[in-house]
Amino acid sequence: MLVFVFYLLIIGAGTGGELCVSRAMKAVGEVKDFRPAALVGVIIRALRVSWMWAGLTLMGTAFFSLLAVLSRENVSVVVPVTALSYGAGALGGKFFLGEQVTPRRWAGVLLVCIGVALVVMGRR
Amino acid sequence: MKSSAGLHLKTYLLIFLMVIFGPLGNVLLGKGMKRIGAVSIGTPAEALDLLSRVLTSSTIWLGIGSLLIFFAANMLVLSWADYSYVQPASSAAYGMSALLAHFLLHEVVMPTRWLGVLVICLGVLVVGHTPPRTTEPS
Repeated sequence: MLVFVFYLLIIGAGTGGELCVSRAMKAVGEVKDFRPAALVGVIIRALRVSWMWAGLTLMGTAFFSLLAVLSRENVSVVVPVTALSYGAGALGGKFFLGEQVTPRRWAGVLLVCIGVALVVMGRR
Repeated sequence: MKSSAGLHLKTYLLIFLMVIFGPLGNVLLGKGMKRIGAVSIGTPAEALDLLSRVLTSSTIWLGIGSLLIFFAANMLVLSWADYSYVQPASSAAYGMSALLAHFLLHEVVMPTRWLGVLVICLGVLVVGHTPPRTTEPS
């Protein structure tokens, strides 16, 4: 039961956190200069966006849940289960970030989900 | 929709870094946490003991370093690319996870799981044929 709660946290908080980080990085703007000093500037600008902190908090929750699960389950089982967030991620991209999720992209996401189901079914 | 060869190239490069360092970090963390054993944090003393064992594990630190590289690449690519593109495209990492689990952790990876990895890769190819960015740059 505890493992199930950890899985929920990994998927829910993980996807929500990444969506928030994505929103923050869009607010920062496209990175075109990849020199170390410029990248540090990007990170500082990103840390001034509140969405980034919301995202980091959620992703931190997901990370510690991942650590807890990894001490009990094999990594080749744990990691694929986290892929259940793909459907939620595509929906979040469309409605939270205003992205155009085309039928082809949905098809790709569906294939990824089927692949993940197969990976999980392959558990011994 | 905004796409160009340069945009595609830098998107692919950063997703490649994510595919390498994400699974590597997970495997290193898995290896480190397995050495520590099942987590029990019933009392503050147990929590402190766990924290000290985690912080003194070089494998866990290497895992954290790999995941930081993964996270930096993820942040940078999301400054221009769609989340609904980056997320499925970076799922090629599952193939890498299975390979690392098989060869580094010596876990048994069943044929069904390899088939799943192949289907995931197919999904990644389909997503890869959509434009990385569908929103206007801010």
